[in-house]
Order: sequence, then C-alpha cells, then structure tokens
Amino acid sequence: MPEAVITADRLVKAYRSKGKPDFVAVDGLSFEVAPGESFGLLGPNGAGKSTTMKMIGAVSTRTGGDLRILGLDPDQYGPEIRSRLGVVPQQDNLDGELNARENLYIYGRYFGLPGKVCHQKADELLAFAQLEDKAKSKVDQLSGGMKRRLTIARGLINDPRILLLDEPTTGLDPQARHVLWDRLFRLKERGTTLVLTTHYMDEAEQLCDRLIVVDKGRIMAEGTPASLIRQHSSREVLEVRFGSDRNEQVAPRLEAVGDRVEVLPDRILIYTADGEAALERITAEGLEPLTSLVRRSSLEDVFLRLTGRSLIE
Amino acid sequence: MSTPHRGGEDERMPRGGAAVSSSPSLDELRAEAMQWGRAPRARGTWYVTEHMVRAMRAYGWTIVVGAVGQPILYLLGLAVGLAALIQAPIDDGGVEVSYLVFVAPALLMTAAIAVASEEFSYPVVAGFKWRRYFFGFNASPLSPGQIAGGVTAGGSARMLFAVLAYYLFIWVFGAVPDPATGWLSIFVGLLGGLAFGVPYMAYAASIQDDKGQFALVQRFIFMPMFLFSGTFYPLAALPLWLQWIGWVSPLWHATELGRILTYGKPADPIGIVIHLAYLVVLSVGAFLIARRIFERRLSA
Repeated sequence: MPEAVITADRLVKAYRSKGKPDFVAVDGLSFEVAPGESFGLLGPNGAGKSTTMKMIGAVSTRTGGDLRILGLDPDQYGPEIRSRLGVVPQQDNLDGELNARENLYIYGRYFGLPGKVCHQKADELLAFAQLEDKAKSKVDQLSGGMKRRLTIARGLINDPRILLLDEPTTGLDPQARHVLWDRLFRLKERGTTLVLTTHYMDEAEQLCDRLIVVDKGRIMAEGTPASLIRQHSSREVLEVRFGSDRNEQVAPRLEAVGDRVEVLPDRILIYTADGEAALERITAEGLEPLTSLVRRSSLEDVFLRLTGRSLIE
Repeated sequence: MSTPHRGGEDERMPRGGAAVSSSPSLDELRAEAMQWGRAPRARGTWYVTEHMVRAMRAYGWTIVVGAVGQPILYLLGLAVGLAALIQAPIDDGGVEVSYLVFVAPALLMTAAIAVASEEFSYPVVAGFKWRRYFFGFNASPLSPGQIAGGVTAGGSARMLFAVLAYYLFIWVFGAVPDPATGWLSIFVGLLGGLAFGVPYMAYAASIQDDKGQFALVQRFIFMPMFLFSGTFYPLAALPLWLQWIGWVSPLWHATELGRILTYGKPADPIGIVIHLAYLVVLSVGAFLIARRIFERRLSA
C-alpha cells in the first residue's frame, strides 16, 4: 500500500464570532487518501465539506488536529502544496475580462510556468475541455457547463498530483453533467488523485472509489459506495405513494412487508431484498398504492438511514 | 479528441530538479512540491501584476483616451481659457510664475490620483465579490500578500503611464520651467497616487456589500480633496478652518513637491522631508493593513 497523499487526523475548523459560541464547521475528521484514488465527501449543504476542501487546498488554516498534503504541513508549506494541486471551486472564479484561452494561459503563469509552456498547455486543455472553438470567447459568453469545463481545465494547467473538486456539477443540466463526468473519468484513468465533494449520490457512485459520509462536521460512515450500501441498506427499495394525506396512515400496515420502512412526506420507502415480492404482498393485503417503483438501494438511502435526513433538502 | 498528455517528467519540473518516477514515493512528491513552490514564492507578486495589466487590455482604449485626452482638455481649458483671465503672475512662496505653470503640477498629481481611484476600487471588489478571481489566484501557489502586492503594482503601472503622458503634455505646453528636476515629478505623482490608492484598496477590500460607497468616496473625498488641496490657488489663500483638508490630503503634499521640482518653489529641506515622509507612510502603512485584510478574507 503506497503512502497516503492526504492524511487528516482529527481535523477541526471552528469559526469565532464575537458574542456567539464558536461555530464548529469541521469536528474531528480523520481520513487518508491514497495516490490515484478517487475519494469523495458526501453530505448535505453545510456539512463541512467545502471547509474541509479549503483546508486540503492549503487555503484555510485548521483550528485543530493534524493535516498533511503530499507529506507537507499546509500551515507552513501552503505555496508548495498548492503548486501541485488543481482546484475546481464550487463557484467559478474565472476572470471575465479575459477570454477562455487567456484564463488558462495566465493561470499557468501563477505556477511559474514559462509563457511558451502555458500557451501549449492552454491549447491542449481547451481541446480536453472541448472548448477549442470558444478559445477567443470572453468567459461571460460561455454557458454554465462550458465555464465549469474551463474551470476544470484551468485546474489541470500544472499537471496536478491531486485534483480537488468542490460540487463539480451543481447547477448543471444532465447532459453537461455527463460530459463533465466523462472528462473526470479520463483523469482518473490517467492516475490523477481526485478528491470531490458532492451532494448527488449518483455522482458519488459514479466517480468515487471510496467515500466518507459527512454530516455536521463529522464522519457518519466510510467505505466504497457498494460496501456502504451493503452495510447500511437493503438490496432493493420499494417506493410507494398513497397520496400525501394517506402515507402516514398506511405506513404501520407496511412494517411487516420489508426490513425497514421510511415515511417521507411524499412517499414511503420499504427496504427489502426483493422489491417485487414486497409489492405483491402489499397488493395482496388490499392496499392499492397510487404509484409504485422498485429500485436498487443508493447512497441516498444510506444517508437517510445514517442521519434521518435527505441529502437534498 | 486529444487529452492533455502528462508529459515527460521533465515537463513537470520546468525549472529542473530531480526526476520523479511515474508512481512516486511520498518523499519524491514532497521534493517535487518544494521545487515547484520556489518560483511562485519568489515572483508571485509579478505574476499577479501580469494578470492585472493583461486584464486592463479589456478597457485599454479608455486608459489611453483618458491618459491623453484628459491633459489636453485641462491644459487647453486652463492655458487658453483661465490663464487668459488670470494675467497676473502667481506669487508662490517667493517665486512668480504664470497661472499655467502654477496649476500644471497639481493637475499632474490629480491625474495619478484619479487613476488610483479607478484601479484600487472596482477591480478590488470584483476580485473578492463580483467575480471572485482573487480566490482563484489564492488557490494557486500565490499568497494573499502577493495578490495585494500585484494589484498595487498593476495599478502603479497604469498610473505611471498616465503621469508620464501628463508630464509630456505640460512640458510641451511650456509649463515646466525646470525640466532638469521637473521629470522627477513623475515619480512624485506615482507616490501621491499610491498614498491615495493604497488606503482606498484597503477600504475596498473590506467592503462586503456594494451600496454605492465608491460614488460617495468620489463625491465627498475625491472632489473636496481636488478643490481644497491648493490645486487652483495656494493653500494659504484658504481660511485656516479649511486648510486642514490640504494638510491631510496626499494631493497637496504631492503637489507641493511637484511645484518644488517643476518651477523651483522655495522650500526648506525639513518641509520636503515631511511631504515625502507623509506620502511614504500613508502608502506603506496602508499596504500593511490591506495585506492583513486580503489575508483574512482569502483564508477564512
């Protein structure tokens, strides 16, 4: 097992504000990321994912615990660590006064790359991001998906050892998301270590080799997507709707049908190894759901189980 | 479709250094990061400067027209218009000069401060809030202090251009009787611009919400400063209760130095030192504060 490129040990970030108790955004996270691994932080908004990413990105200083990136302490070696990272922030921060190609070129300069190398890398990355025909377009004229791809391309200008992606596909339409996932898969194949936060379980399942489920600054569970589902949920889920006013009322009668029943405002989830069989039993009991759906368990179910809350609220 | 090739390991190490294998050990990765960190640590401020100057190209036309057009308008207006009215020479501390010669250094300094009031206001709020590009800079090896330094240097580059253009115009208009020392007023202009601009940058960096503060600064700080800093008449002509505006104004201190340099206004060495020291202290002190604000805001 190669040595971890990121090691967090009881990492804490607290924000002080006058007259109020400290706000603890990250509350003792411990994890390691191996080289070439694709590691995810899954959790709802406000779970502490972005704060953790800023600390890994050697931008925000930790309040407690220990952190090593590429074997270096970010408190002391911020510029050195950042010189080998690629960062894709939650909010795009491209320079709108410059065109797409200039944004890449100038970013390469920050790493001390010679102008000639920056020009060459800018062209390669425009091709990678499928933005060759937008090279001379001002950033403001690009669509949301294009800006995202440009931001990812910018993060690769220094051939980073680790790429940090904070909510890479939030706000994108499904097609743009799939294009982006495809680009990230390619990076993964090339051996780039990816660390990403997301509150989309399908994204985590698609992209992450291993992930931690975070809530309120703490780790709720850790493992591969498949193992987490195996551990914390059943194989299948039967979703039934009886209408929002009847769901609560019907729920007790469904308890015996599956391993576990979860009542949400709009539907009831029945966790079971065999969804179809469960549905047959419900119908046999004379209950007629308005709609029904059998699906495989997902990380969303894991999260619901662990926190009693939905990921997207 | 092409993908960005990883490149040979030499490309990863643009500035030489130990080669790193394809599955490097942690020691190798650490050494690689130390190597890569060197150039940005040493020259990061200039990388930001390069960015800021490059971004100015987007409004380059405004910069050139402003730098060339403004002196022409002012000098024509004052030299042909007002100077025709004010025929009597101005007695400034013992030397008598024409009105145009008297007013020219003040206009030069004002030009620098006008550029500063543009470059150290909106682009700073844009960097933190509207476009957030400072956060992008900061995710790279650049540090908050280097970003503050680069913004200052970028603004200085534009000020230098404006002041240089202005100086050429007043020289052509015959408003520099002492060119041997007069050219130094270009640098005093830059210093005066910084003494106003850097405190402005610190203020702009602290703005969380834009509520039209810059328009207020323009109306209630820039304009009074322009009018009451001995720009159009000697400061002594004002009643004492208005003279303090001049004393605290970087424009007055810069203008006094400009007058000493362009037409040899008599001055004692202590006065010169005070003028210079005031401008330097304001610039440097404000830079230290600005740097703190940049650090706090970028690493929250």
